[in-house]
Amino acid sequence: MYDCIIIGSGIIGSSIARELSKYKGNFLVLEKENDVSCGTTKANSGIVHAGFDAKVGTLKAKFNVKGAKMFEKLASELEFPYKKNGAFVLSFDDDKTPLEDLLNKGRSNGVDNLSIISGDEVRKIEPNVSKEVKYALYAKDSGIVSPYEMCIAISENASTNNVKFEFLKEIVDIKTNKDHLKVLCKDGTHYESKVVINASGVYSDELNNKISNIKYKIVPRKGEYCLLDKEYSYITSTTLFQLPTKMGKGILVAPTTHSNILVGPSALDIIDKSDTDTTYEGLNEVWAKALLTVPSLPKGGIITQFSGIRAHSIDDDFTIGFSSDVKGLYNLIGIESPGLASSPAIAEYAAKEIADYLKLSKNENFIAKRSAIKHVRNMNDKDLSLLIKENKDYGHIICRCEVVSEGEIKEAIRRNPGAKDLDGIKRRVRAGMGRCQMGFCTPKILEILSQELGLDLENITKKGNGSVLLEGRIKE
Amino acid sequence: MEKHNLVIVGGGPAGLAAAISAYDMGETDIIILERESKLGGILNQCIHNGFGLHTFNEELTGPEYAQRFIDEVNKRNIKYLLDTTVINITNDKHIKALSTSGLYNIEAKAIILSCGCRERPRGAINIAGSRASGIYSAGTAQKLVNIDGYMPGKEVVILGSGDIGLIMARRMIFEGAKVKAVIELMPYSSGLNRNIVQCLNDFNIPLLFSHTVIDIKGKNRVESVVIAEVDEKLNPKLETKQEIKCDTLLLSVGLLPENELARGADVNLSRITRGAIVDDNLMTNIEGIFECGNVLHVHDLVDYVCEEAKEAGIKAYEYINNKDINNYSKTEIICENGVRYTVPELIIKNNDNIPLTLKLRVGNVYKKVKLEVKCDDEIIYSRLRPVVAPGEMEKLDLKPDQVLKLRNANTIKVYLRSIEE
Repeated sequence: MYDCIIIGSGIIGSSIARELSKYKGNFLVLEKENDVSCGTTKANSGIVHAGFDAKVGTLKAKFNVKGAKMFEKLASELEFPYKKNGAFVLSFDDDKTPLEDLLNKGRSNGVDNLSIISGDEVRKIEPNVSKEVKYALYAKDSGIVSPYEMCIAISENASTNNVKFEFLKEIVDIKTNKDHLKVLCKDGTHYESKVVINASGVYSDELNNKISNIKYKIVPRKGEYCLLDKEYSYITSTTLFQLPTKMGKGILVAPTTHSNILVGPSALDIIDKSDTDTTYEGLNEVWAKALLTVPSLPKGGIITQFSGIRAHSIDDDFTIGFSSDVKGLYNLIGIESPGLASSPAIAEYAAKEIADYLKLSKNENFIAKRSAIKHVRNMNDKDLSLLIKENKDYGHIICRCEVVSEGEIKEAIRRNPGAKDLDGIKRRVRAGMGRCQMGFCTPKILEILSQELGLDLENITKKGNGSVLLEGRIKE
Repeated sequence: MEKHNLVIVGGGPAGLAAAISAYDMGETDIIILERESKLGGILNQCIHNGFGLHTFNEELTGPEYAQRFIDEVNKRNIKYLLDTTVINITNDKHIKALSTSGLYNIEAKAIILSCGCRERPRGAINIAGSRASGIYSAGTAQKLVNIDGYMPGKEVVILGSGDIGLIMARRMIFEGAKVKAVIELMPYSSGLNRNIVQCLNDFNIPLLFSHTVIDIKGKNRVESVVIAEVDEKLNPKLETKQEIKCDTLLLSVGLLPENELARGADVNLSRITRGAIVDDNLMTNIEGIFECGNVLHVHDLVDYVCEEAKEAGIKAYEYINNKDINNYSKTEIICENGVRYTVPELIIKNNDNIPLTLKLRVGNVYKKVKLEVKCDDEIIYSRLRPVVAPGEMEKLDLKPDQVLKLRNANTIKVYLRSIEE
């Protein structure tokens, strides 16, 4: 019997798991994919929104503003990439009213360091911004984060603090059983727990609706992105939004924490929650709109495209808290943007509520610190020489584009939860994230995964769930 | 800090050929840095034959061809380090490299960059669809099959008719896979004609020109691709779309010189070739840094790579030995009317170096044209070409009197002129 089962290991599930591990208890995370951070968390803009966009008085506003302020400490504790780079909301109109409305909304939400500046002032900071921009809202406290690295760091730390993670556990049903809940998985296993935390992102409505009479509905909303080579990092170091629409925050052009340039997302309501295919129309739309922000955006600089699904709830706000009709079910529904920015505050709040409910005592042995994997590309000569002397694998470069060594890849596999497939390696150490997009390093990484996991090469996957890479041996 | 006269980055055919020629000129302090565990570069995975017709008058496989050069390097006791990746080069020719034995800081008098090219990935050509497994660049598939002995899939569609794609079509058939089609965006192939005949036609593999892949389907593993015809502006005509079932999509959509190290050393790069801008000594704007082979511009034949590299080796030797090869003014060649680029791009003025080969590529298929070089107002070179195509590099071997005129010219233009019927 667990005190708590967390369903889903995206940024919300993982963050709550870590916050819960500050208390004494028996905690388990069940994830349907092969790794943490495989849903919305892995494919979004990576923006730590300052909080001016959320409607005053909503949970979105409350948690966003509070959460954003928690990032600096969290990033230094857990060593994930985060940077306060500032953001502009660009207006192409002489009428400043929409920007002023945003500014006032931001101030009411408690956001500091907001101002409206002229197009020329914007271009003094970011010269590549279109001449058509007349005014902008400048949010100095807006930040960027590597969302999957954040989620991985949090999960590793939760695991260090004795939270258990199990993967490829798709939930088929959830039942009330006397004083606890029973979770049934597709593979035939089942687990019992006093509290079940529904952090299943785009599926959070379905999970709730299996057991509760209070129904929710998530309308999956696809967002497509293009990512540019680091060569074009000069384009902007500030996040560039256009004025928001009712479908979201519009198309942005923003740096990533690794100096690529991210362009997107589109916003299209879809039916299939697992449909992360990019589309010809969507990518064209993203590009056309981004050109309004930066007319010189080089199409030849694109190295990859991807799409993510927002868990947009028809209620248009976060739902956070115990279900009013199912004892022990704790819901987190409709956590779309600014969910990432809100996540530290949501996790702290939810864990506290759950700990109070279960009357959990503080875990005096909680370890707050997690060290990042050592990256050869960021090290000085002296440290690097010492590291290679200690472990020669750090001198063997596997991914030439991002300069990733065999030592880093092995460490990514050996951590807990560790990488089990190509995508897991990519998100932990960036091997394959560069300009050749795994052209050269695929065969080498396959071999390392096979050795480390003790699996035949034919069984190594791109992202679990049958995404095998090889069809077997050639003719003998 | 280790010091060497000549550091060669990359031990593929270009690096090996450059090392041999520099050595034969008299340079003995050479070191080759190779990131793989074997010399020979990408030739090691090119196990088909057809290499070396120009250089050795016989048909060799890639590994055999490489071995000839490796043997010559060994005969001369030229030093090389394997499994050693150069991670940075500065404009004052300091090289930082990593291997399992540690970190190397090397100071060089001259550097030859011969680190080849990479394949253009899916992202660079904007194909929408799923990100399932089963999408490989043709070269990655070639490595998996030929070096590692594994099949990436059984039912294959190939996008792009570059040479590696064509070679892999045949290779996959030999290994029992089905190759359903080769799809080419352009109305012509960028591969060698002989490869189309020997690798596709001989196996009845359809080659669809003016088509592209517009969607990839399959959640976990590729299940099909959707293709469509494109119009003159290369936009897909959606009404022509058709789905082809397959588990693998191979991409052979172009090669890009790998110039990240050069960029770090402040070397000026060409927007067209994506290689360095070099003069006719194959030297970049950074004194003492040379480029040759596919890192400079993508070649069709390894023989041409080695010829160019040999020249780079000689020039690097001359530079090291103060033969004053840089203090001249240079004339930039202007490419017009169908000519995309020339290598070299810069001609050293009033130099007495005579041998000079201009290499160039055209931007489209042109029939019945004259390839001409004009110095100021005089046409110094004119050759009738029944057909020129982007897939075949043109080589202009200029005669001494033509070279002289080139070196004295204030403006040099290279262009195609169509001939009236």
